[in-house]
Amino acid sequence: MSEVTWVKSERQLQRERLRRVRAARSGTIATVSTIVFLGVLAAVVTGSPGWPRVRDTFFSAEAFAKAWPDVLDGFWTNVTIFLIAEPLILVVGLLVALVRTLRAPVFFPLRALAVAYTDVFRGVPTLLVILLVGFGVPALDLQGAPRDEVTLGVIALTLSYGAYVAEVFRAGIDSVHPSQRAAARSLGLSHGKTMRYVVLPQAWRRVVPPLLNDFVSLQKDTSLVSTIGVVEALRQAQIYASSKFNYTPYLAGALLFVLLTIPMARFTDHLAARSQRRRGQ
Amino acid sequence: MKHDRGEGPGGPVLAVEGLWKSYHGAPVLRGIDLSVEAHEVVCLIGASGSGKSTLLRCVNLLETVDDGTIHLDGVEITDVRADPDDVRKRMGIVFQAFNLFPHMTVLDNITLAPRKVHGVARPEAEERARELLDRFGLADKAGAYPDRLSGGQQQRVAIIRALAVRPRLMLLDEVTSALDPELVTEVLGVIRELKAGGMTMILTTHEMGFCREIADTVCFLDGGVLLERGTPEEIFTDPREPRTREFLKSVLDARRI
Repeated sequence: MSEVTWVKSERQLQRERLRRVRAARSGTIATVSTIVFLGVLAAVVTGSPGWPRVRDTFFSAEAFAKAWPDVLDGFWTNVTIFLIAEPLILVVGLLVALVRTLRAPVFFPLRALAVAYTDVFRGVPTLLVILLVGFGVPALDLQGAPRDEVTLGVIALTLSYGAYVAEVFRAGIDSVHPSQRAAARSLGLSHGKTMRYVVLPQAWRRVVPPLLNDFVSLQKDTSLVSTIGVVEALRQAQIYASSKFNYTPYLAGALLFVLLTIPMARFTDHLAARSQRRRGQ
Repeated sequence: MKHDRGEGPGGPVLAVEGLWKSYHGAPVLRGIDLSVEAHEVVCLIGASGSGKSTLLRCVNLLETVDDGTIHLDGVEITDVRADPDDVRKRMGIVFQAFNLFPHMTVLDNITLAPRKVHGVARPEAEERARELLDRFGLADKAGAYPDRLSGGQQQRVAIIRALAVRPRLMLLDEVTSALDPELVTEVLGVIRELKAGGMTMILTTHEMGFCREIADTVCFLDGGVLLERGTPEEIFTDPREPRTREFLKSVLDARRI
């Protein structure tokens, strides 16, 4: 390297001054417009004719404090269901996606089953699956069949979400360029080993954001199991709301769900940023 | 200690007979016959679309053939009962687009097949990989990910990856076509080194000067037919076929511009 030192030119200094001025102006505009927007929103809501009643039934500090422990208690049931269902869904989804990549004729029945499964369970509303599993399975009176509502809820959610997650995995597997598969096969790797060491590790990174999106959705849908008698956050709120005619507990439940999903969203961003860095951007 | 190449019985390493292949009804290979002896370097030349790459892909069983046979060390690999994975274990192929695995370090790229296909223990596989990296001037890149390497470095790693399983035969498909001119030299150097080590190779290339230098046999393909076969001297100084002459003239003219 030669000994050249760089002194910023007058033109460059002027350019940087101008950029600072523009940045400051942008910041001011953003702040003012946000304040105005929130102000108008608050005025519209509090100025509405029904506001005093809404304030009492939805924003009662007293009701909030009273219901909070019960709602929080129920919320742990939601978290438990979520934590058990999530790994099960990943396993089911991955297996179904992998079965669909098998080409050998001997696997035809499995492949057909996988296609039928995704078609059916993506088509039926989650709430219906929960009701069918929750009331149908115990009615069979089978020996060893689960009767516990939480277990039944987990099974129903796994069936429903497994179909979605299988499709996410399949899209991820398909997104790995065929040349990667050709390179692996040409090294003598079998279909299974090509999947395991070459395709899935690359597919996995691409499906993490859509998977987390599905899991945020799953966190909310755990409240659907209240329909088969699980007393979780929504049910607790409902119990309180119907006995005291005050809807504030619903707000408490909503707050808990938001508090759970926001870290998940930030975690997704973090993972995306990390894979960007790893790719050397 | 074994060499880079696996050892086999006498006779040609590879024998291709009456090979036909078409895509969607358009014939790409029309009755190719080709035989490659041990330690022979065969260079396939011809215009784009003449079938060079398809021939290599057929030999590696990445394509199913429409007709004809391919024998590797006297065993028919186009037999429908042959296990493609087993065949590919004995061959290395390097592609124009490198096709390194982006989620693995250079070292993992190279040791994947030895460890997972050939059952070599990790320390042993890594030792051999480091040896090869060292030999081809990439010792400091063992821990790097492919996207941190230049095109020439990536292609050298791809060659080493194919070499790590001690193949009986190496197939090199336009390995310098995707590279900047100043990076071509380093890859050609690797191929020279392979020839010096006695590797049996089939390569397709547009680098006529290199082809002339490295090949024992040059084959000219035209429209899916192996039109002419001879030593580099014969093909480059006194080609029999008018089509060969025409092709070489157009390539040389292009170089002059």
